[in-house]
Amino acid sequence: MLAAGGLAATFLALPLLGLLVRAPWGALGSHLASAEVRSALGLSLVCSLTATLVCLVLGVPLAWVLARAEFPGRGLLRGVATLPLVLPPVVGGVALLLALGRLGLVGRWLESLFGVRLFGTPAGVVIAEAFVALPLLVLTVEGALRAFDRRYEDAAATLGASRWYAFRRVTLPALAPSLVAGGVLAWARALGEFGATITFAGNLPGRTQTVPIAVYVELQKGIEDAIVLSLVLVAVSLAVLVGLRDRWFPAP
Amino acid sequence: MSPRGGGWLLAVALLAAACGGEDGAPGAPEIAMVFAASSLTGPFSELGEMLKEDEEAEVRFNFLSSSDLATQIEQGASADVFASADETNMQRVVDAGVAEGAPEVFARNRLAIAVRPGNPEGIGSLADLADEGLVVSLCNGECPAGQYARAALDAAGVEVEPDSLESEVKAVITRVATGEADAGIVYATDVIAADGEVEGVDIPPGENVIATYPIVVLESAPAAGRAFVDLVTSPEGRRVLARYGFRPR
Repeated sequence: MLAAGGLAATFLALPLLGLLVRAPWGALGSHLASAEVRSALGLSLVCSLTATLVCLVLGVPLAWVLARAEFPGRGLLRGVATLPLVLPPVVGGVALLLALGRLGLVGRWLESLFGVRLFGTPAGVVIAEAFVALPLLVLTVEGALRAFDRRYEDAAATLGASRWYAFRRVTLPALAPSLVAGGVLAWARALGEFGATITFAGNLPGRTQTVPIAVYVELQKGIEDAIVLSLVLVAVSLAVLVGLRDRWFPAP
Repeated sequence: MSPRGGGWLLAVALLAAACGGEDGAPGAPEIAMVFAASSLTGPFSELGEMLKEDEEAEVRFNFLSSSDLATQIEQGASADVFASADETNMQRVVDAGVAEGAPEVFARNRLAIAVRPGNPEGIGSLADLADEGLVVSLCNGECPAGQYARAALDAAGVEVEPDSLESEVKAVITRVATGEADAGIVYATDVIAADGEVEGVDIPPGENVIATYPIVVLESAPAAGRAFVDLVTSPEGRRVLARYGFRPR
């Protein structure tokens, strides 16, 4: 048992070790300072944060509906809301293309009526990222809403608070830790998004080339820049996990 | 869809290793792993079938952009044959010291503009691609088709701001076929292979670029690898390539 556990730990750690050993540590600064790397980092940051905001704005109401409302088809709705989590991201990208692409169901009207094009634009990146990240926020917040003691809301109501007022001043503050956790998870997922983004939004430095896509493109040239960019993503992911460890990995 | 979830180096290298190492029953001929530029997908698949029927030698393919393949080979992927769409990436593999003998040029290709069927935007030349309102997709500067496209645009004196850069030429075809891009620069053979999903607009010889395809056997390749290269460079191989629109060397 111990040996098998050790094997699994090695299996997980070895690829990371490969990155660390092969990293051009001496030239790390100059790699990170290159214009392409910086523009990919900047774009990734802006798009992933915007996607997180979209997730919060859209996800909290959906979580509330899933946790509180009773209606037929709620199980189905939860399935749909969870699907992007298990779907291969490239499939999500294709689905987005067919819906919001230039010839898609809705997309064809976006361009002709509103002049909005998503392919090749940062807006497309945000949509792809929000699509794959939203379930993480919804599931986290829904769980917290279910665990929340509704008697606090009832108490607020007996004191004359409207439903919306009670939600805003009582429920939402109590949900804050799960909003943070869900938001950070969604952000990390958005930051690492590759398949849906390159499929739906394409790849252009400064417009749609996020860090994961830059890693993929750099691999065509050689491996050094790809390693440096990969290290950045590993560092960010580790920071997120460490930051959330009390929530997800409570010490025994 | 062609961004293929990633040409993830490790996964493909492992896959290639798994395929290459598949010895099968004792005495059975070894299968050779052919790494080939994605523009060769059509003719090479057919030649692979021919080889299997005629010589009972078997090859399997890894079709990607030549630059992706060169990186995989540099990183030690177990390839037995490498066919590149340009000399640059072939040189990378030769420089890595894994080529057996000198590469041989076996085909040439030229560029065309891919547009949606019916050419709704009325694109007639490279100069038309400079229109800001058009969504243009090109191969990135790493893959050969991207470099050839830039050379052609330079020759035509046209400045194009692409809206997306793809990692291999078949992905440009997909962008145009799905309608995300209005136009893209691809090989003339890709337009033929797309079989009506896109329409081709010819680029006149003065602006066009000739792509050169070399092939080489890599060291410690099984006999099937050499047999495949022999078939590709034979008159029969040339006939198949010509049917897919490739020109003789």
